[in-house]
Amino acid sequence: MTLATVDAIHRARRINGFDVERVRGDFPILARKVHGKPLVYLDSAASAQKPRAVIEAMSRFYEEDYANIHRGVHFLSQRSTDAFETARAKVARFINAAKADEIIFTRNATESINLVAQSWGRKNLGPGDEIVLTELEHHANIVPWQMLRAEKGFEIKVAPIDDTGQIQLDDMAKLIGPRTRLVAVSHMSNALGTILPVREIVRMARAQGALILIDGCQAAVHKQIDVQALDADFYAFSGHKLYGPSGIGVLYGKYALLEAMPPYQGGGDMIDRVTFARTTFKEPPHRFEAGTPAIAEAIGLAAAIDYLAELGQSFIADHEDDVLAYATERLAAIDGLTIHGTAAEKGAILSFTIAGAHAHDVATILDQQGVAVRAGHHCAHPLMDRLGVTATARASFALYSTRAEADALTDAIGAVKRIFKL
Amino acid sequence: MSDLRDLYQEVILDHGKAPRNFGHPSGANRTAHGHNAMCGDTIDVFLTVDGEGRIADAAFEGQGCAISVASASMMTEMLKGKTQADAHHLFEAMHALCTGHEDEADLANLDEDTADRMQILAGVRQYPMRVKCATLAWHTMDKAMNHTAKQDVSV
Repeated sequence: MTLATVDAIHRARRINGFDVERVRGDFPILARKVHGKPLVYLDSAASAQKPRAVIEAMSRFYEEDYANIHRGVHFLSQRSTDAFETARAKVARFINAAKADEIIFTRNATESINLVAQSWGRKNLGPGDEIVLTELEHHANIVPWQMLRAEKGFEIKVAPIDDTGQIQLDDMAKLIGPRTRLVAVSHMSNALGTILPVREIVRMARAQGALILIDGCQAAVHKQIDVQALDADFYAFSGHKLYGPSGIGVLYGKYALLEAMPPYQGGGDMIDRVTFARTTFKEPPHRFEAGTPAIAEAIGLAAAIDYLAELGQSFIADHEDDVLAYATERLAAIDGLTIHGTAAEKGAILSFTIAGAHAHDVATILDQQGVAVRAGHHCAHPLMDRLGVTATARASFALYSTRAEADALTDAIGAVKRIFKL
Repeated sequence: MSDLRDLYQEVILDHGKAPRNFGHPSGANRTAHGHNAMCGDTIDVFLTVDGEGRIADAAFEGQGCAISVASASMMTEMLKGKTQADAHHLFEAMHALCTGHEDEADLANLDEDTADRMQILAGVRQYPMRVKCATLAWHTMDKAMNHTAKQDVSV
């Protein structure tokens, strides 16, 4: 190859804005082999792999700056506190929150939703009240509400999905009424990839005076999130799906709402003054962060956000759309394969079943060829019931996924069909 | 791929596709429901124990992968004519084989065909995430055997 050709290729890549081979080099784990085959990691919707920038930021923090936060006056405590609060500010900018104090660090998105249920919900929900969920919610946005319902006696309404896996706004409109206190919906389905019309849903909730909580676990990875433009009251997501570490999640809440909410866990770092007679609490977000938080994980999450910003979220989205479209085309051409989730608005998730082969058998056979997919109910039993299946196999694509990996998936499905004589 | 052929042997694929003793016999007097929370597989085991304590009939219903359906199907075939003690012995041998404790699986008293079939099912031990697929039916059977009231089993 001449230098001029190389240069032309580089130019083309720059115009295209995204060089997936270069990006793959940022993720050390992608170089490993599994069962003697190159790893084809198609399970990023369960948890994404980590770029070197995240791994190194956390190591560096432990090697150079680590101490507990908000406590000591010593040098390292100051460094650590600054890094932690800088991470908070970075998360705020990432989703365009009005201020850093609207960002609460949690363990994961599940804890973020539980926080809203146990703090806002416990204070504000009671007999006669209703909340609205959808049929495609992850268990994390179902079970916390059921647990609270058992104590508080409010009602849970469920918006159905159509056969493409999308919510119909007409159905939603019928369920949201004057008794509705909260609408809690996924922004993007973890099992189907459906992107829900959240702006319209927010408007409906607003019109009835209800609050809106959005589970953004999947959407925050694939779309640029602007919580102010969305006018969301609460927005939850996790670090580990966003190429950051596990053990850290985020709850965004409008500050005025957070101010009116009681703490849901008590302990150190969330108090203003403690006596045995009475304790006063700090302002949000600290009121909701009892005990030593995941400090290095916050630093890691901030590094992941920097990394995404450097690549450009719109370039990432275009790239993922391309791989999803290509993979959809390849899988749709396979005899006996059904794709679940065919909504017009979809993120990079492909859920499928193969007639005559159970999803777990499919996943085991794919795994032996280095192809990692999730098989099961995807923590969405009600959705599986609606689809009339017990399990699906799910391939999910990330910024480091390639068309060649979609080909590898297609070939590996060929092996399933050979073994099962389909 | 050669490893996979060990797991998905002809007999497994056959039983997985066309399970034997699939249904709910009206005379069943021992029954249990099994559930694998990780993957959502479910099974109901129906045993008909006669006056002498022998399993006159064994059947199952349920949904699951090829391994779990084949395991249940082959199990029901093995159980017919066995005593309660035999059935428990089979369960323990199966459990030992699948969890890599072959030395504890006392296969000496089993007929050759039964021992062979158990070894085929135990091929799943190479795939730790799939062991429960193979053992769900057996856990459920063991629970059913020991109780006259319907039992629930989670693995």
